[in-house]
Amino acid sequence: MTKTKQKRVWSLLALAILSGGTMMAQQPEVNEGATAWMLTSTALVLLMIPGLAMFYGGLVRTKNVLGTMMHSFVSMGVMSVLWVAVGYSMSFGPNVLGGWFGWNPDYFFLKGIDESIMEGGVPEYVFSMFQGKFAMITPALIAGAFAERVKFKSFVIFIVAWGLLVYNPLCHWVWAEDGFLFNMGADGAIDFAGGTVVHISAGISGLVAAIFLGSRRGFPHMAHRPNSLVLTLMGAGLLWVGWFGFNAGSSIESGLSTAQALTATQVAAAAGAVTWMIIEMIHTGKASALGFASGILAGLVAVTPAAGVVQPVGAIALGLISSPICYWAISLKNKLGYDDTLDAFGVHGTGGIVGAIALTFFIRDSWMDNAAHAAGGVWTMWQQLGVQVAAVLIAIAYAAIVTLIILWVMNKISPLRPSKDEELGGLDRAYHGERGYGMLNAS
Amino acid sequence: MKLVTAIIREVQLDQVREALIQNGITRITVSQVSGHGQQHQEEIYRGRKVTPNLVPKIRVEIAVNEKFLDLTTKTIISAARTQGIDSEGEVGDGKIFITNLEECIRIRTNERGTDAI
Repeated sequence: MTKTKQKRVWSLLALAILSGGTMMAQQPEVNEGATAWMLTSTALVLLMIPGLAMFYGGLVRTKNVLGTMMHSFVSMGVMSVLWVAVGYSMSFGPNVLGGWFGWNPDYFFLKGIDESIMEGGVPEYVFSMFQGKFAMITPALIAGAFAERVKFKSFVIFIVAWGLLVYNPLCHWVWAEDGFLFNMGADGAIDFAGGTVVHISAGISGLVAAIFLGSRRGFPHMAHRPNSLVLTLMGAGLLWVGWFGFNAGSSIESGLSTAQALTATQVAAAAGAVTWMIIEMIHTGKASALGFASGILAGLVAVTPAAGVVQPVGAIALGLISSPICYWAISLKNKLGYDDTLDAFGVHGTGGIVGAIALTFFIRDSWMDNAAHAAGGVWTMWQQLGVQVAAVLIAIAYAAIVTLIILWVMNKISPLRPSKDEELGGLDRAYHGERGYGMLNAS
Repeated sequence: MKLVTAIIREVQLDQVREALIQNGITRITVSQVSGHGQQHQEEIYRGRKVTPNLVPKIRVEIAVNEKFLDLTTKTIISAARTQGIDSEGEVGDGKIFITNLEECIRIRTNERGTDAI
């Protein structure tokens, strides 16, 4: 998010409400181009969630396909309501409790932004809904780490608690204009579209949850094979398409920075996919479809924090660096023996960390000049590297600790793991009473 | 030589496989089938209870030599009966058919009879 575009007009709004609307004329005009693009972006980011449902859904066994897809879909429902109720206020309100999160009573159920237009000419409803999609997809990403072995009810309660205690505070720190990471260093920790907020937090929380819940039955000696890689590939494709909303939309305008983010996103995804394919062809002799899809994600995740500050060469480099490291992280899983079912940590956690740190070496000069100006003269790449590393470590530590506390408390009240029968019979039957591919059987 | 054909619940498949493997019976063929016995299975569709006329089942086929027959059937029964061997089980737990097997040939080596199983 660029700083200037994101300035809120709520003080002005308060005045407007006090004086009975006479001040409304002082609101910025609606910028139709920017608003149209932001509406599109909002829809594109929403499209990523069914995309993720397909990506994850195809990778699990047949008996868990609906349960896994429902993790994404239920997140769309629950997190939407939660976001409108308190999420937006906690994320983008002014600091409370020493800056732990924000709060603005006007944002409670969004009741105070009915006629509010932000500085960039975008109605605040659009910005709020756009941001809400990020709050929906992040818990859905975590589900990949413990797919096939969590009770549905427990998952729903977990994402509510996680959204309130992990996502909203992190989002506030990184993107709210008084968040402490937004103001760290000369011009803030760079997280254009959610490397720390979305991918590192989801990946690390997923890793913690995967270890906390333990492995699936039969892991790793029994093969848990994907039920439909066709579904997975379509999902990866939809994620790539939706990512243009995710990254290019995060400019909160429709202009030069949007174009820069869009280009970086495209080339990083492509570079990541091609790199992964080459690694696999050298390592195993075959270019697997799942590998290509994983490479797309590795590239996209790595460019997410960087989309606003890197040029195409930098974006290609990020894809090139991210894929081998994610590839290595996934093989590490098999060595260490933790069961990160669908590699939420292997791809999102690892890729997010790589992107957020490696982007430092590819920042475009104009950004560094701005930063130097803001710092009052000099701002070096190494100083920015310090800021990036600090932001990443804070996100990792916070997400890991709070997730562990949530899981521990929830598990004390009611076990998170399904019973042996439920797990063997499949989550679809146990929690949804349906089957994903019933139509394949004569009935 | 006998051919053991077991019709079991879909949800018991993993349990049956785990139990068979534990007892050293690793050569099996599994297929998805539909049919009906005594069981009436209700499903919820759009909030309405419906009874599908054919119930999805799993067919497990195992060719065994006589001395493994008892072990195989016992293992399947204990793993496929709802709530385990000590319970009464439920309608729909399935059936086991045992048929005589005339001949068995391993395609790769042309071995015949009990060695090929």
